[in-house]
Amino acid sequence: MRIAPSITQCIAKFCLFTATASAVGALLFIIGFVLAGGFSHISWGFLTEPILDMGREGGILPAIVGTILMVFVAIGIAAPLGIASAIYLAEYTLEGRVTQVIRFGINCLAGVPSIIFGLFGFILFVVILGFGWSILSGGLSLAAMILPTIIRTSEEALRSVPQPYRDVAASLGATRWQVVTKSVLPYALPGILTGVILGIGRSIEETAVVIFTAGSAIQMPRSVFDSARTMAVHFYILAREGISNENAYATAAVLICTILVINITAYSLMHRLMRGKS
Amino acid sequence: MNKKLEIKDLTVTFDGKATLHNVSLEVLQNEILTVIGPANSGKSTLLLSINRMIDRIPNVDIKGNILFDGKDVKDFRDVEGLRRRIGMVYAMPIPLPMTIKENILFGPRLKKYVGRKEADELVETSLKSAFLWDEVKDRLDSSALRLSGGQQQRLCIARTLAVKPEVIMFDEPCSGLDPISTAKVEEAMKVLKKDHTLILVTNNTKQAARVGDRTAFLLMGELIELGPTDKIFTAPAQKKTEEYVTGKFG
Repeated sequence: MRIAPSITQCIAKFCLFTATASAVGALLFIIGFVLAGGFSHISWGFLTEPILDMGREGGILPAIVGTILMVFVAIGIAAPLGIASAIYLAEYTLEGRVTQVIRFGINCLAGVPSIIFGLFGFILFVVILGFGWSILSGGLSLAAMILPTIIRTSEEALRSVPQPYRDVAASLGATRWQVVTKSVLPYALPGILTGVILGIGRSIEETAVVIFTAGSAIQMPRSVFDSARTMAVHFYILAREGISNENAYATAAVLICTILVINITAYSLMHRLMRGKS
Repeated sequence: MNKKLEIKDLTVTFDGKATLHNVSLEVLQNEILTVIGPANSGKSTLLLSINRMIDRIPNVDIKGNILFDGKDVKDFRDVEGLRRRIGMVYAMPIPLPMTIKENILFGPRLKKYVGRKEADELVETSLKSAFLWDEVKDRLDSSALRLSGGQQQRLCIARTLAVKPEVIMFDEPCSGLDPISTAKVEEAMKVLKKDHTLILVTNNTKQAARVGDRTAFLLMGELIELGPTDKIFTAPAQKKTEEYVTGKFG
């Protein structure tokens, strides 16, 4: 028997709506839960004081500074490298066996569990290169972890720029590099930025890699060669070892707000960049 | 008249399949050479070979010579310079997503810094030559994407003119335009040939008859006939040409 199209349409609409609603609902619930539990414990002091008594007392300033420094190192290395690789793959090579192998490798790397990158970072940066447990080791390992994501999203963003834009620029006498910088990059920027933001998010929330490579010192880091904990690690330790539930929630709330602020700033920046181009 | 371009025994193969086969023809200074022929007859390939845009496509093999002012285009080390001298206008109008003025200045700015006064002049002369100035002179700083299709195509012509090419190649420039816009583009071409050499590839045989000085008929990658446009359309030497221009196939 054949079901009338109007009925299948109704069923499909209902199913799609339910799927979206439950996904968004779950997300809102989690965020709301954390924020509700955490906000009441956040105070100016919590944000500006050192970690005392393993996190039972005091604030989380060293963890905030540690997070910022580590993400800075990670993005500072991964973004230029990743975007450059993506440009090379998308604009400078002809599609062939080699690029397919490279792309396959990148996709595989993107799926590797982060703890593997932690182990890799520990062996290479901490032990062999002798950086010790430090923000530098942590940042480098995070960079390795987010590199595949940045390359992949950037390459997709570059490939989504219509070919005629390249042809027009080239026919007006642009070199390949000018084609990239003047005619392709400006329009791929939102997509590339999305990849970078994803990378920032993954670095901020990462615990496994950071514990392996940056340690979990509670002192205020004075340079990138110091060990430090990030907010995510701080939260993990507080919750896991039952040190302080309130402070754990408060840390989580700060973490979520940080990610929100980064997202909002990045997208409004992008908006300003793209204004007048459409 | 001078030979601006001289194509000798040009054979182009994509992935082992020939799209142009032993094509030889000349383009004379200040003429409009129209190239007609059904789809897949190698018209666009011919244009891409001339300004070496074909270098950007993988797995292409080119045999034969294309002489531009007597010098083989293969021997141009500065391929960007070659493309500035042999401009191209595509079938679909492709305004870059920026303002009208920025579109015009895009090409010149690739090469050097363009001062404000020079920029204004360049924008005005280019737009005037493309018969677009009067329609857009009050909104040069608005987005080019807001222009109509016909205006966009004339903007693309103006953009090509701004780099001061000697030869301009049009690849079916009116295929997406209405008759009025088409007429304006054709009018622009007739004026442009005073200082430029034009190659017009078109699917529209009537257009070829209207604007061409000489017409070449390509079929399946081979040059069937080349002659004065009147002759091609009234008394072609080849039977296939006659069948095509009278609409028996194509």
